[in-house]
Amino acid sequence: MATSSPILDVRGLTVDLPPWADRPQAVSDVSLTLARDEILCVVGESGSGKSVMARAVMRLLPQPHLRASAGSILLDGEDVLRLSDARMRELRGRRVSMIFQEPMTALNPVKTIGAQIEEVLALHTTLRKRERVQRIVEMLAAVRLPNAAHLVDAYPHQLSGGQRQRAMIAMALILEPALVIADEPTTALDVTTQKGILALFREIQRARHIGVLFITHDFGVVADIADRVAVMQHGRVVEIGTREAVLNAPAHPYTQALIAAVPSLEPHARRIAPDAPVVLRVERLEKTYHSGGGFGRGRRVVPAVRSVDLAIRHGETLGVVGESGSGKSTLARCIVRLVDAERGAVLMSGVDLMRLSRRELRKHRRQIQTVFQDPYGSLDPRSRIGRLIAEGPIVHGVPEAEAMSRAYALLELVGLDRRSADRFPHEFSGGQRQRIGIARALALEPAVLIADEPVSALDVSVQAQVLRLLADIRDRLKLSMLFITHDLRVAAQVCDTIAVMRAGEIVEYGAVGDIFASPSHPYTRELFGAVPGRHWRHPTRAESHSPVNPT
Amino acid sequence: MSAFLRRFMRNQAAFAGLLVLLAIVAVAIAGPSLFLHAGPFELAGPPFSPPFGRYPLGTDMLGRNELAGLVYGARTSLLIGLAATLFATLLGVVTGGLAGYYGGALDHALMRVTEMFQTIPSFLFAILVVAILSPSIRTVILAIAIVSWPPMARLVRGEFRSLRNREFVQACIAMGMSDTRVILLHVLPNCVSSIIVTGSLLVATAILTESALSFLGLSDPNVMSWGFMVGAARDFLQRAWWLCAIPGVAILVTVLAINLVGDGLNDALNPRLRH
Repeated sequence: MATSSPILDVRGLTVDLPPWADRPQAVSDVSLTLARDEILCVVGESGSGKSVMARAVMRLLPQPHLRASAGSILLDGEDVLRLSDARMRELRGRRVSMIFQEPMTALNPVKTIGAQIEEVLALHTTLRKRERVQRIVEMLAAVRLPNAAHLVDAYPHQLSGGQRQRAMIAMALILEPALVIADEPTTALDVTTQKGILALFREIQRARHIGVLFITHDFGVVADIADRVAVMQHGRVVEIGTREAVLNAPAHPYTQALIAAVPSLEPHARRIAPDAPVVLRVERLEKTYHSGGGFGRGRRVVPAVRSVDLAIRHGETLGVVGESGSGKSTLARCIVRLVDAERGAVLMSGVDLMRLSRRELRKHRRQIQTVFQDPYGSLDPRSRIGRLIAEGPIVHGVPEAEAMSRAYALLELVGLDRRSADRFPHEFSGGQRQRIGIARALALEPAVLIADEPVSALDVSVQAQVLRLLADIRDRLKLSMLFITHDLRVAAQVCDTIAVMRAGEIVEYGAVGDIFASPSHPYTRELFGAVPGRHWRHPTRAESHSPVNPT
Repeated sequence: MSAFLRRFMRNQAAFAGLLVLLAIVAVAIAGPSLFLHAGPFELAGPPFSPPFGRYPLGTDMLGRNELAGLVYGARTSLLIGLAATLFATLLGVVTGGLAGYYGGALDHALMRVTEMFQTIPSFLFAILVVAILSPSIRTVILAIAIVSWPPMARLVRGEFRSLRNREFVQACIAMGMSDTRVILLHVLPNCVSSIIVTGSLLVATAILTESALSFLGLSDPNVMSWGFMVGAARDFLQRAWWLCAIPGVAILVTVLAINLVGDGLNDALNPRLRH
């Protein structure tokens, strides 16, 4: 693949962490090369050191805590670690540029897109104003931004997430650098948007012969875009090789475990007796948000949930799938009445939760419990774990001693030591906290469990464990579940029935096997078509090693 | 608790402030017993005795013991500072808490009231309240509390609003807890540190306001106070400047010490500044 000398040659790079960190080095003895015309994906879980490594190449390590202590980073033959600051500034933008995860924070909100890109040109070139603007318009058109001539004058908040990321890419490429570092550039985007951005990346990289160091945690993205793959764990590169080799025949046990943890797209439905009683029925639920308003401005009306009907039978898991802003979380919050819907009914064992007074509602709340998304925000930081789990039953009149013993049993049920009952939430990892969240929800012995993106904040290996735990508990306790997710892979593994939401409406509703086999609504098809790595089959699961997506 | 102390001690200025403040409190508590029956208004000797003579800090224009005035004044300042702050904090936490937790129309109404109080220049407002209600310790405390609660209310409202939407509070509501329980057991404990920090700085402001009021003679005439001492001695500034300077320095040192302690509390309690 690499014919000439590599554009990037990292040799024995070591980055020290400050003394109070949990390990001595963020990056330990990392060596890798990147050819002038390839995409190298660096994959790893959070804390693997992949972002630190990428930042070291730009010499953007957070000062003064992180310091490269050994090794060299040869950028086109020059050692980045030993260059003067002035030379480094020359190289940044011109020879190497960076694309960040969140374009909303990486772009300056008070300057127009055009002005921000122009600044790069003004710093590094001698072009005149008119030439600069012309170059910017060409670049914006090259990243497929519609109406490029007008976008020059737009502010970042006036663009959608995908458009902002395209503008970031235009900014990174305007000086035609030889190396682009992309740090999770599509992680903050919806899958359908991500698909377009990845295709654009591939196309521009091929056309302009750029070396791309692409940091990601998503093996689906790797399967779609990489030429070669480096897998990082605890600051070390444990495996590096071509896409086919790493994805289809991983050699290192860690890589094998990571790939095995990626949920498969094959639906994994169980049989639900068709005559099982319906435990939760939602009828024509409607919720509209009003925002803005005030002096001289009209109120914006955003319908979040539009006439939604659904039913969950005993033991069934209904998946609500959709992109951000589709109203799926609002739907969950309306059902548990954390948000009051305007119209509709939420029926549980004949009682309409929407009609209950606040006092009556409090008694009924125990029947529906929620597992929240954010493992860091969903537990009271000042409450001990045991107390946190027992509090629900105590509020509902269970004697304290009995509630505490129930909490101990639940801790063991979710795979935690009962001695952890005396500890505080911050002493636990993200996955453990999510287990605690599940134990808290189960403490009230609910009939329906609502899981609002319970695994999207977790690393893939932890995600697999939590999903297994949820499925196991659900089967053991015969729970009915409403499972909200944006990730079709996760939905395929957990759900029996799927409701696809878009702009507050359910556009398709049916058994998981049917929808995955033949999605009928155009939006569902678009959603399925955008799942990263959909042509890639796990080596551990698929019988034949089908070739990776051959684009 | 030891971790909290360690973080607090790391800020040396705050630690120094704490020592000074403790000394002032000790003097305020123990001081009067040193003077036995002699109150601060008692005539002790010839007027205008300079300091470091028979009387450590001299006597004032009427021959009252300046040191006795300083010690009794410390009591007044600390008492009024603490009481006014407690009252203002209570008012601010209740108003801000209700507005922040419930939002909507209640929030609107309470915040408009808060803003109304904020639009009136606070010192003039305090003068007005004391003047109407006739000066006494109680009215001074009331006046200071009335002018200093709005910032506390706004702070607590902001904290409550953001905590209200945090998932752990939503989880509590979804478990069927009553509002009172959620507020007292889960929301309030999570903003206690901000309240303590702001409260500690309010004490300093309250002491300044009290001094200013008594400087103008708008304080309890039966109680000695630093501001009153400065105010009474200002006519004799050229003849006996120390009569103004001594209580003035006392105010300065106390307020500075409280501010330093407040900063230290902020460093120690603010989770965002911890490693």
